[in-house]
Amino acid sequence: MSEQQTITIEVDGKKLEAAPGQMLIEVTDAAGITVPRFCYHKKLSVAANCRMCLVEVENAPKPLPACATPVADGMKAWTCSPLARQAQKGTMEFLLINHPLDCPICDQGGECELQDVAMGFGEGVSRFSEGKRVVASHDIGPLIATDMTRCIHCTRCVRFGDEIAGIRELGATGRGEHMKIGVYVERSVSSELSGNVIDLCPVGALTSKPFRYRARAWELTQYDSVAAHDGVGSNIHVHVRNHQVMRVVPKDNEAVNETWISDRDRFSYQGLYTDDRLQKPMLRQDGQLREVEWQQALLEGAALLKSVDPARLGALVSPSATLEEMHLLQKLLRGLGSNNIDHRLRQTDFRGDAANPATPWLGQRFADLENNQAVLLVGSWLRKDQPLLNHRLRKSVLAGGQVMAINPLDYDFNYSLSNKLIGAPADMVGHLAAVAAALGADTAGVNANAEAAHQAIADALKAAGKGLVLLGSVAQMHPDYSLLRLLANNIAQAAHVDLGFVGEGANSTGGWLAGAVPKAGEGLSFAGMLEQGLDACVLLNVEPEFDTANPAAMAGLLNASKVLALTTHLSPWLLEYADLVLPVAATPETSGSFVNLQGDVQSFNGAARPAGEARPAWKVLRVLGNLADLEAFDHESSRDVLEEALQSIGEIKLDNSLSNAQAVTARLVSADLQRIGGVPLYSVDMLARRSGALQHTPDGWKAGLYVCADTASQLGLVEGSSAVLRQGDGELTLPLVVDDRVPGNCVWMPTGVPGSELLGEGFGTVSLEKA
Amino acid sequence: MKTVVHYIRSLFLLELFKGMSVTGRYLFKKKFTLNYPEQKAPVSPRFRGLHAQRRYANGEERCIACKLCEAVCPANAITIEAEPREDGSRRTTRYDIDLFKCIFCGFCEESCPVDAIVETRLYEYHFEDTDKKTGAYIMTKEKLLAMGDKYEAQLAEDLAAQAKYR
Repeated sequence: MSEQQTITIEVDGKKLEAAPGQMLIEVTDAAGITVPRFCYHKKLSVAANCRMCLVEVENAPKPLPACATPVADGMKAWTCSPLARQAQKGTMEFLLINHPLDCPICDQGGECELQDVAMGFGEGVSRFSEGKRVVASHDIGPLIATDMTRCIHCTRCVRFGDEIAGIRELGATGRGEHMKIGVYVERSVSSELSGNVIDLCPVGALTSKPFRYRARAWELTQYDSVAAHDGVGSNIHVHVRNHQVMRVVPKDNEAVNETWISDRDRFSYQGLYTDDRLQKPMLRQDGQLREVEWQQALLEGAALLKSVDPARLGALVSPSATLEEMHLLQKLLRGLGSNNIDHRLRQTDFRGDAANPATPWLGQRFADLENNQAVLLVGSWLRKDQPLLNHRLRKSVLAGGQVMAINPLDYDFNYSLSNKLIGAPADMVGHLAAVAAALGADTAGVNANAEAAHQAIADALKAAGKGLVLLGSVAQMHPDYSLLRLLANNIAQAAHVDLGFVGEGANSTGGWLAGAVPKAGEGLSFAGMLEQGLDACVLLNVEPEFDTANPAAMAGLLNASKVLALTTHLSPWLLEYADLVLPVAATPETSGSFVNLQGDVQSFNGAARPAGEARPAWKVLRVLGNLADLEAFDHESSRDVLEEALQSIGEIKLDNSLSNAQAVTARLVSADLQRIGGVPLYSVDMLARRSGALQHTPDGWKAGLYVCADTASQLGLVEGSSAVLRQGDGELTLPLVVDDRVPGNCVWMPTGVPGSELLGEGFGTVSLEKA
Repeated sequence: MKTVVHYIRSLFLLELFKGMSVTGRYLFKKKFTLNYPEQKAPVSPRFRGLHAQRRYANGEERCIACKLCEAVCPANAITIEAEPREDGSRRTTRYDIDLFKCIFCGFCEESCPVDAIVETRLYEYHFEDTDKKTGAYIMTKEKLLAMGDKYEAQLAEDLAAQAKYR
């Protein structure tokens, strides 16, 4: 391509360089020249309907909107000439005609674009004395509060739904003064990115419902942080008042989250302040957990760690723990002589551990996701698991790329999948092997029978200049993960596309880097610990009933071992099984670092004060190390820990290549009825599960046993009737829900949701009958 | 010339006699000492005494938790917590004025968009218990509203008197 040509324009007498095709407002924004605007947003299409950015342009008979005026060589514009000022003042007066003067009760007051622009460009006095327009507001869900009388019709929210969220949920009806923004049908907004319209809305028409009336913009202190709920590591601002997190808003980072954050990152802070938040250390005395002082708790903890045989000591760490916490925990364990540590708490198949890639990651930079021509999702509801990665993939689809999926459930996406193979979990291996066969790749000993659909996926991947095979979280929970992984690897190699992993939590890549996995051949993986049992088990921010793959086996492990839990919340199982619980700070309260799925190490400082007597986990681990008489536990800040961790990691080499993987036989066999697991997006971690607002959204888990209509009628069950699901020794009674996304002979009952703790692994043979 | 006049004035202690004449006049004038507390001085409608919170005629509290008074308070004497009330309206759940911090500047009154927080003519009050726990020196929302209810007639009259200057 020839060198990008630049043209020169003159704004307010200043010469500016611009690229052809740029809009005038982009050039003035880059040069720091203020042009007032409401409808223009750098990430949305140009609507030019607010008319606030009118500027004077040479030879134009009237003022032109800067957001919709392309630059031309030699163009001269004035943003604050008398003509431009007059036009802006006029627009402002018209906008204020119907805007209520209710700033004192408006949550946007103090951070309102209309207030700011009215101060700068409006008159002090209104000439309008007629009646103002009033618009009824509808309840559009638990996240967004609406006051539509305040709407100034910039349509940013409408364009956001259309262009970014991918579902047109908000729309405009009527014209002129009768224009109203509303939901099409009377239902709530269901996008997993919907919270962003709160930031987009320049006025107080759309505001945050959980934050409603609770604080003013000027009372809040802003801290930079990193979101802890998915592998994107979205950059966020945490707004704090009286040392408490009041809300979370996005921080721009083009390479990571652009300007958006998911609703999970935005509203999970609600989980910080719940009744079961652990306030003080607790020790089991006479069969009861009783509050004790930190000094005693730490001494007891160190004594417990030292008293057990290192080979029978193990640690389970949340994949959303910080790099510092993981580093110190593995240092503590290894210092004591144990190698049993794992962060892959939702993985069930560890047979491929010998072939593990060095540091699994996404396989591509986030921005590169947009350039894919063909992507195959294997066991992934990317839209809900990693909303912002899905947003990048959606851009690739809009640019003409294809996204295909092999899933156990017909998950909905906000773009159309060019091909999807939906079948019972046991069929996923067969489908993937068939795609491999269609590519002429090794099928790892699986009988494969390539049909047209498999061939089409194979052809699309092969034809793609840039492509990706992505193993999602459902694949990683699959009982034949090692087989799926091997097949995906074979496909990626045969089609010359990238292979990617979407790990659980905010720091799964960090878990591999920090050594929160057993080294090959030494120590036990999570499955090994479940199988062989432990004498003492350390849990770091793990809610055992919901954060682990197999609650039934987990209960057995906890029951037979001493449990030392470092946790933010005291869950019922910890109350029952833990021998010592130490309260630790949650992510916005502690400093630390996350390594996101593209390998960026992002550090943050603590923003709020930890609840009660909770302490940052890295400090607790450091003191435990000291008390256990281990060497080199004298870090003074989390920065010291990070430096040590990065030093031991060396250069961060992301590597997805399998070393000499062996084929295994599939464990999951076709059965009369199979369970489909997975974790719903608002059940992934302790904070999200405790966020009331998120749980009330359409994406919050509605308790039920989900089957398709055919299976329901075969079993003689009807929607809403009470049914018993039996898996192994566990049984669970819930109302039946008919959902045609579920394939035949399957029942969808995820892990991580209430009731799942009564069952076993997320996938496997189950039985279902009338209660 | 100037110097000569000045010299003569100083020589005859003119300034002194001027001053003493004022003293002399007041010596024989009628005294206006008030015998407080039996007698009280007249109070301006703008007097800034103890605070009160007003209600509308229908009994609804005026305060809408806009927090402007909290923001404008130069002594940081006001603490407000707010959340949606059951009917969805914006209300305070806590409205405290720390009387030790308050400097009675009246900014809160001036900033209030709904004339909710006002300062009454009341200046005769005390608190004996300065214990933080009992918080006798803190005007809570309940105390403020009770004050408002008690003095509403006077408050409304005073606000009406000042209305044209505000």
